[in-house]
Amino acid sequence: MQKITSEMLIEKATELLTNGTVSTVLGWKKGECDYDVSPAEFKSVEEVKNEFIYNDFSAANLSKYLIKRTEKVHGQALVFLNPEKKILVFLKPCDTYSFNQLLTEHRLDRESVYAVGVQCDGMIDIEKVKKIAGDGILSVDCSGEDIIVKTLYNDDMTIAKADVLAERCVNCKSKKHVAYDELLGETGEVIDSNRFDEVEKLEKMTADERFAFWQNELSKCIRCNACRDACPACTCEKCVFDNPKSGVENKSPANSFEEKLFHIIRAYHVAGRCTDCGECSRVCPQNIPLHLLNRKFIKDMNEFYGDYQAGAEVGSRAPLVNYTTSDIEPGEVFDRGDEDA
Amino acid sequence: MRKISLQKIDLMFAEIANNMSLYLPVDQNDGKAAYTKWEEGKKWSNALNTVKSPKDFFFPQTEDMMEFKVEGKNVEVIDTRKVSEDFVVFGVRACDVKAFDILDRVFLVDPRDSYYATKREHGIIVSVACTRPSETCFCSAFGIDPAEPKADVSVWKTEDELFMQSNTEKGEKLLKMIEGLTEEANDEKVKEQKEQISKIMKKLPLADLDTSKFGGGKTDDFFKAPEWDELSETCLGCGTCTFVCPTCQCYDIKDFNTGKGIIRYRCWDSCMYSEFTRMAHGNNRNSQKERFRQRFMHKLVYYPENNDGIFGCVGCGRCVSRCPISMNIVKVMKKLGGKENE
Repeated sequence: MQKITSEMLIEKATELLTNGTVSTVLGWKKGECDYDVSPAEFKSVEEVKNEFIYNDFSAANLSKYLIKRTEKVHGQALVFLNPEKKILVFLKPCDTYSFNQLLTEHRLDRESVYAVGVQCDGMIDIEKVKKIAGDGILSVDCSGEDIIVKTLYNDDMTIAKADVLAERCVNCKSKKHVAYDELLGETGEVIDSNRFDEVEKLEKMTADERFAFWQNELSKCIRCNACRDACPACTCEKCVFDNPKSGVENKSPANSFEEKLFHIIRAYHVAGRCTDCGECSRVCPQNIPLHLLNRKFIKDMNEFYGDYQAGAEVGSRAPLVNYTTSDIEPGEVFDRGDEDA
Repeated sequence: MRKISLQKIDLMFAEIANNMSLYLPVDQNDGKAAYTKWEEGKKWSNALNTVKSPKDFFFPQTEDMMEFKVEGKNVEVIDTRKVSEDFVVFGVRACDVKAFDILDRVFLVDPRDSYYATKREHGIIVSVACTRPSETCFCSAFGIDPAEPKADVSVWKTEDELFMQSNTEKGEKLLKMIEGLTEEANDEKVKEQKEQISKIMKKLPLADLDTSKFGGGKTDDFFKAPEWDELSETCLGCGTCTFVCPTCQCYDIKDFNTGKGIIRYRCWDSCMYSEFTRMAHGNNRNSQKERFRQRFMHKLVYYPENNDGIFGCVGCGRCVSRCPISMNIVKVMKKLGGKENE
């Protein structure tokens, strides 16, 4: 499989900007060092050529940025000011699931978007790199098979990429692009991953152990809302937690119980819509494994209603908003909850 | 100057903890350090710094201010402030120590914030020099020397010893408390360490960050800068940068209805939030660009304008490493500061 390079994406963006297909490019921008890549909007070929980067740190899922940029009120575009031209977005396989889910929920205008699927070999978690190579990172070269890390305090180090992949990439659920107008590199298959292993471990705990686990994790929450703000399934115009009139608006927890409520309510709210893209855990400054809450819901739904992957196709009806005669009886679900407790 | 062998350090912590609460960075199960109350078995972390800053000790994320009990037409106001007891915050880095000065200039000027002041009076800060600063560090840009951390007691940790120097009366008292465990030392090894640190500081990737373009009176230079659009375009509007920041000091005051009365509390607020400083007429910053600009203008222009040119940032690098989109004050300064800064 060929390695996808920044140059290939830059070339594609340049071509689409030059031939007038698109007026704007959503991609990733170089930072101060190799790993601090930012999601960014590019308006010109010059910007793309100078600042665009696609590497193992281009982790941000760009699909959510399309909402505001393709939003229309009374048929009138709000931000997207050039209706003849589209906005180019680069999507990794997992990002395409979010993209489809947003289309299913009518949160973005497909006609305004030119989607280029990009082959993905997994993204690197810089924290894992630091655990191996130490602090004081001067450069991370991820152009080859292995990554080469230079630091202030240790000798240069060659690390196998597999050892520093982000959790969501270790447990990658699919290398398949489920939406695109064009592909760069190859698309792959849905993977029979081990992503539910951690959930199973939690299920095997006693209720008290499980409570202690989540108590410990969720008590770390600083209520920065990064999980919600990065989540492509959290697209309410006004979040209930930001609305002073809702009665539950809260900038800070009155106690640790409220913390749990915030995350559990959010998990319920995105249940059946969460594609398991893993942005919540990636952005959490306190390293709370929030994806496990969502995966528990996904696993339960798979078991109760048959396998379902949000975003696999546009327009599918999620089990929780659908009814079939083979649906599990609520009583059975209730009983199982009883056994767990 | 006093010193103690690192082998005896837990004895020292035990001695302090016998007398008052002791907090220090301890590794958590995710490998990250967090300030934790010391008790037998807790180990002082080797991590460069904690994810959350120590501002919590004086300006907690959530703090009850008063309570109201309502019976018929009577409203009783209950002062819920607790009497603070002395406590020690150990292992604070030079950047975070400087951050306390920045907070003091907000909370200890007239009208003096009694909630903050009491805790500040009772808190004893023990700082520690940084032998291995990170690539995300840029404290030197704000005139901070991590080899010479200020605070009540300054500490230098070598391979096998801990050197201590008191700088205040409070610090003197603390060193007196553990005098039996420590011995008199000369500062030779400390000098050596300081030299090493200053060499490393010059090698840091952000060592040349230039602040000279910023400061009080520069509002007009930057407020309408076109760069804000680009800098803020993908900001999620979350509160990560403000909540991990040791100097962000904005808060909100809210009433919580308990059913039997009201608890009035204050909690950290973030200028990144859409409801920040919302007033009767609505919000004065309606776009994320305006909110984003506020945060950096506050640190680089407004704060120094009101505080003798002192910047509202200490270069701890927390926002650099924690921002979900890797946007931060360094990128803002380089973009706005022009080519000389790159």
